[in-house]
Amino acid sequence: MATLQSLDIRRRSASTEAPPQIRKGGVEVAKLIDVSKCIGCKACQTACLTWNDLREPVGVTDGVYDNPRDLTPTSWTVMKFAEVETGPDLEWLIRKDGCMHCDDPGCLKACPAPGAIVQYTNGIVDFVSENCIGCGYCVKGCPFNVPRISKLDRKAYKCTLCSDRVAVGQAPACAKACPTQAIYFGSKEDMKVHAEGRIADLKSRGYKNAGLYDPPGVGGTHVMYVLHHADKPMLYSGLPENPRISPLVGVWKGVMKPLSLAAIAFAGAFGFLHYITKGPNEVAESDERKAAELTGGRGA
Amino acid sequence: MSEGPQGVSRYTTGARINHWITAISLVLLALSGLALFHPSLFFLTHLFGGGQATRAIHPWIGVVLAVSFLGMFIRFAALNMWNKDDTVWMKNLGKVINNQDEGLPELGKYNAGQKLVFWGQSILIVLLFASGIVLWDVYFEDMTSVDQKRLAAVAHALCAIGAILIWIVHVYAAIWVKGTLRAMTRGTVSGGWAWKHHRKWLREETRKS
Repeated sequence: MATLQSLDIRRRSASTEAPPQIRKGGVEVAKLIDVSKCIGCKACQTACLTWNDLREPVGVTDGVYDNPRDLTPTSWTVMKFAEVETGPDLEWLIRKDGCMHCDDPGCLKACPAPGAIVQYTNGIVDFVSENCIGCGYCVKGCPFNVPRISKLDRKAYKCTLCSDRVAVGQAPACAKACPTQAIYFGSKEDMKVHAEGRIADLKSRGYKNAGLYDPPGVGGTHVMYVLHHADKPMLYSGLPENPRISPLVGVWKGVMKPLSLAAIAFAGAFGFLHYITKGPNEVAESDERKAAELTGGRGA
Repeated sequence: MSEGPQGVSRYTTGARINHWITAISLVLLALSGLALFHPSLFFLTHLFGGGQATRAIHPWIGVVLAVSFLGMFIRFAALNMWNKDDTVWMKNLGKVINNQDEGLPELGKYNAGQKLVFWGQSILIVLLFASGIVLWDVYFEDMTSVDQKRLAAVAHALCAIGAILIWIVHVYAAIWVKGTLRAMTRGTVSGGWAWKHHRKWLREETRKS
């Protein structure tokens, strides 16, 4: 996506300039995915492809419902089907995978291209393709394994949370298409309140560990899940239990940057100071004479 | 005889070409790498035709450097073996920095500082090449896990900073020690330079003739 919402940018990748701040009172949005209501129909996947005018190339089946098998540069959301045995029961846990729109986005932190990743004041994290250089650093920054680099144009793609629709007051295409209303969209506060009701309902039906997935390790997310087994998110096709930006990425994009430049500047300054205080190391006339004696006068 | 009116022969034409290919690649790698390392230096991507082009070209320059440096390694590894004199020289590093030669041992073709530059760059370039391959998504994306890529990214940046610091030492030494640069531009040094800095080497060269 290209960005036209310059007053609504909270963070911009690889940028040292301060973002615009005069517009106040923006609402943080969130998508709430109620996994317990999902029937795995993939209407959301279709709506996503349709709205974004993308076509997933015909792939292969390897005997599971997941189609495509994983997120791709064109499929920004994919239903992940997990068959889980909990005691005597077989549970079919279907999770709509895609960008979680972290409040502290690892992709944005890792991105070296100015303005290739932005976070809007409403919390949506968006890739601005025209600025993307295709380095794949966002892939390393992401704790959810979401961004995909296209083999076609070497650019990174992922769910935009339909930032274009949201900007004009529409819900994301997936939420609009969901026939069971398993996908809600609204302000993050409202979504949390709505989730409480859903969790209470699930608990009353025996899912005593039902809960909201809004992981604090990434500052919370703008895509949240209602899970029947919130104590074991890994059951849902490997949803990470406590996602956070890798400490390696933290070092790489944190202390290392200023320290490295300081070290280089120090080395340069040391050389300069050494030269102006100690002076050059020059060959004396006597050295030339001694060399000539050694080599039999054929030198210099 | 390797010494004529032009001075003492120190580097063959092949060695000089080999060196300058390595040098130019290293400078281009540092510029393009730093451009993607720190946002304040992203403007350096303009030297390479923009961000995408920088990302695409950088690893190829790395391949040129790796091959070129391998040539340097084969040429000079044997001459860079550590010996007792190097330890003595290192103990007198303070004197060296203060332009005082008294009490320093007579040296072969390279002093301990030059040897450390050689081995430092040799090790770092191996690490940079290995981690660079892991980060070269165009060809090797599917061969490593995300965690391995993260480790490679940090290692690549760390080693690159190390290599840049060693490069600064290397270049400054050539500026500071007068008469050095012509060894790499013209292939020769003056007899006096050889006597002052690498006397054992000069004796050997004289004996050979």
